[in-house]
Parts: sequence; C-alpha cells; structure tokens
Amino acid sequence: MQTKVENNKAWFLVMPVFLIVAFSAIIPLMTVVNYSVQDIFDPYTRYFVGTEWFKQVMLDSRLQEALLRQFIYSFTIIIIEVPLGICVALMMPTKGRGASLALILVAIPLLIPWNVVGTIWQIFGRADIGLFGAFMSSIGVDYNYASDPTDAWLTVVLMDVWHWTPLVALLCYSGLRAIPEVYYQAARIDQASRWAVFRYIQLPKLTNVLIIGVLLRFMDSFMIYTEPFVLTGGGPGSSTTFLSQALVQQAIGQFDLGPAAAFSLVYFLIILLVCWVFYTTIMNMQKDK
Amino acid sequence: MTQSNTSMTRTRNTGKKEQAPVYSKAERKTRNAHLRGRFGLVLYLVLLLLPIYWLINMSFKTNTEILSGLSFFPEDFTLANYAKIFGDPTWYMGYVNSIFYVSMNMVISLVVALPAAYAFSRYKFIGDKHMFFWLLSNRMAPPAVFLLPFFQLYSSVGLFDTHIAVALAHCIFTVPLAVWILEGFMSGVPREIDETAYIDGYSFPKFFVRIFIPLIRSGIGVTAFFCFMFSWVELLLARTLTSVDAKPIAAIMTRTVSASGMDWGLLAAAGVLTILPGMLVIYFVRNHVAKGFALGRV
Repeated sequence: MQTKVENNKAWFLVMPVFLIVAFSAIIPLMTVVNYSVQDIFDPYTRYFVGTEWFKQVMLDSRLQEALLRQFIYSFTIIIIEVPLGICVALMMPTKGRGASLALILVAIPLLIPWNVVGTIWQIFGRADIGLFGAFMSSIGVDYNYASDPTDAWLTVVLMDVWHWTPLVALLCYSGLRAIPEVYYQAARIDQASRWAVFRYIQLPKLTNVLIIGVLLRFMDSFMIYTEPFVLTGGGPGSSTTFLSQALVQQAIGQFDLGPAAAFSLVYFLIILLVCWVFYTTIMNMQKDK
Repeated sequence: MTQSNTSMTRTRNTGKKEQAPVYSKAERKTRNAHLRGRFGLVLYLVLLLLPIYWLINMSFKTNTEILSGLSFFPEDFTLANYAKIFGDPTWYMGYVNSIFYVSMNMVISLVVALPAAYAFSRYKFIGDKHMFFWLLSNRMAPPAVFLLPFFQLYSSVGLFDTHIAVALAHCIFTVPLAVWILEGFMSGVPREIDETAYIDGYSFPKFFVRIFIPLIRSGIGVTAFFCFMFSWVELLLARTLTSVDAKPIAAIMTRTVSASGMDWGLLAAAGVLTILPGMLVIYFVRNHVAKGFALGRV
C-alpha cells in the first residue's frame, strides 16, 4: 500500500465538496433537529417540548411495526439477492462480445426510474392484464397483490430481487474479473473441483465487493419508498408500509412536524450506526491487505 | 509466462499415460458445467427481461386490446401512445426537464468530486477519515428524512421549481458516490507519475488537467454514468422540489390516471421511453462499468 503524504492544504481540494454537501445536508438536518424539540403552531407560536416527541415516537406502535417490517424485509432480500447475485456473476461470460452484451442486459433494471419499476410490476402482477398475475391464476393460485397481504409481500420482495440482484451480480462480476488467470491454472494443475475453486479462490476474493454489496443493499432497502408506494401504496392495510413511507405519511400526510422530525432523527441514527459498522469493517480489511 | 505454464501442464499430462483419462473426464465435466452455466444465464436473462418485454409489448397496444386479453404480440399494432407523448409539450418537456437536471447534476458532481477524490487518494490531513465517513453517511441518508426541510430550504432561497434545485438536492447522494468511485480509480495510478510531473516543472492545476485527468478518463466516464444513473432514477426529491417548470417525467407519468380509469398504453409508452436513455449511456461505458460497480476498488 502506498504511503500518503501528510498535508493539511489538501483541505482546499475537499472544500467544494464539503460546501455543496453541507448546503444540502447540514442545513436540512439542523431544521429537523429544530422541529424535533418544539411544538410549532405557526411561525410565531412555538413551544420548546424537549424530548416529548421522541418519547411519543418510541412508543408509537405503528412505527414499531414499520421498523420490524423494515428489518424483516431488508434481511429477506439480502438473503435472496446475495447468493443469487453470486450465481449470476459466476455464469456471466468474461470475454468477447457476449460479455458486453450480458453486462448491459443484466444492468438494465438498475437504470429504470424507481417509479417505473413499480409501474412495471403493477402491470405485470395484475391478473387481468399482466403476465405474472395471469400465470399465477392459471396454475390455480388465488393471487392478488392489492388485497392479500401475503401476495403483496411476495410481489414487493420479488420486485426488489428483480430490481437489485443485478447490482450484486455486477459487483461480484467485477470482483471475479480481478482474479489473475494464474490462480485458475494452479487449481487446474491440482485438479481442484469446481466447488474447491469457488470456495478457496473465488469466494475469498469476493469478500471485499460483497461487503460493499451488502452495505449498499441494506441501506437502499432501508430507505425504500417509491417502488412499494407505486405498487401497493403501503397496503393492503399497512402490511407493506416501510419506514420511509410511514415517515412521509406522518410528515406530509398528517403534517405532524414534531413527531415526524423526531422519527427522522431516530431513523437517521439507525442508518448512521449500521453504516459505521460496515465502514469500519471495509477500512480494516483494506488495512489487512 | 502464461503460455509456458499451459504448455507445461499439457506435456505433463500427456507424458504420464495413466493421467490422460482423468484429464479428459475433467475436461468433459468443465464443458458440461460451462453449458449449464450458459443455460442458467439465459434463463435468468429471460426472466429478467420478461417484465420489460411486457411493458414494451403493451406500449404498442390500444387500451381496448390491453383490457380484452393477454397476447405476446400486439395484434392491433399502434404508435398512437408514442405519438401522444411526442405531440404534447406537457409530456415531452418532462423528458427535457429530467435530462436537463441530470446533466447539471453530473457536471457539478464531477467538478467538485475530482479534486476532493485526489486529496483523499494522495494526502493525509486532519479529519480525513471523518470527512470520508460523513460523505458516505450522506449517500446512505434516506431522502424521506430530508423531504420537508429541503422543500422549505429551496423555497426560502427562491430556487423552488428550478432545475438547479433538483440538481443540487441530488448532489447529496451523487457527490459522495462520485468521490468514492474516483478515489478508487485514482489510487490505482502510481504516485511516481505525480512526482515526475512536479520535477518536470508542471504546476498542480496544469498537471491535474493535462496529465492526471487523461489517465483516469475511464474512471471519470464510469463516475459520470453512476451520477446519471442515480439522479435519473430518483423521484421522491425531484417531485417534491418541482411543480410545473422543472417537473420530471417520472412525476408527469402519474397523470395517466384519469376519471375514465388508467390509460395503460400511454403509461407503458412513457415507461419505455424512460428506460432508453439509461441503455444509451451504459453502452458507452460498457467496458469499464464493471469496475465502477465495485466503486473502483477491486
């Protein structure tokens, strides 16, 4: 690893980034903090309420359910997407025209606006006009994502797997391409089995990208909003209402600024904590190398 | 080196007679695994593309045909849905608005991220690790948290419903991503190049523009692609910060719900048109994009 020169003038290079992100991050965050400790009736009438909103938010059963649902959802999709992504990456060709083509095709779902992803599955899952819905009813399953909570869950998970497995696959694919050919030759000489090649050559080389993949997938699924909003609107009932949607309902729908702000902060802290754990892991691994 | 290795394996295997059958069996096994892999990949791609195909298929149908039954090909092939989008300024301006703020975001992100990524990859300075983590945490921040404050902030500085507002708001996640990816690419460039350039009498700006940027141009291309991608797919912030003049296409699409029910054909056509720019952009960076997905650090 290259040693870096100590030079505090480098701050001048970082300054533009700092200013632009601070404008969009620190000012809004401080506004949220401001709201979370006050009860605001109009711009001139406001009371300091201390931790009142936080207590209310922590005890709100609706939010607790949304949080639980969120964790179940995030873990479900990671458990499905990571192994599937590795499999797809292993199957992708590494050379020639086929490689570029497979790469572009696999990447397509990532480039579709999120609400269009919702629309695609909204259409695809309907029994009257969609292929998937029609297929499910033709094999005798009473499938309706708009009225049955289980079906709604199934569709939301399926949509996310369809949408984001390509990200894991492409991450792994780039990790696999970085393995020198010599390793495989050595394995051939030793007549290593396919499994042994995967377990002792490919998987260790993939850990780095997999951590990034799990981090990105966890974070992005934790803030998922648009796709379930378009697909199910959080329903039926509140069976697919995840954290972001619960928050937007409270902030925009009911305009409960105080509790919504307190909720935002708790939400943000959870994100920050998980993010820190992953970041430290990645940094330590790079140090070990 | 590689060549001689392979030939050595071959001579060893042909030299020892009893090993030959094992080798060919292993070879057959590899070929079978290879075929199985191809089959699996094709199956996956078909499942992947099926929902998209369905959308495209639908966009060429009339609403009566869509609602009357399922078919894999449009019987009553029509371009009316597309004609409607391209003939109505309130529709096609949505695409123009989206492309406009996405491009602005791309330029801003690259301009500020390039020097910062260089600083992170070359120098140690007070608070560098904290700064990097802080940037990263912004990439992970849920937009829903910032929704209302953003609205108030941009309204109060008079930027509401402008392209620049959306571009700046999207910077909150594209800039950290750009710094992260570029830092990975820049770390791959040996330090000796910088030092040689200084000895040759290049000033920093001249070195950066003339020598360094050409060296990492594939990284810049990939970064631009990722900024494009994440700004293009985001809707929540873009919708909140605009009302008429800068409204993105994704928000305009909700108009297809009317009193007489959903206009499915039009919705499908609008959806198809949002997929096209992404496919065009990824084509240009196809050879380097894999590295970009690993954020430049494989």
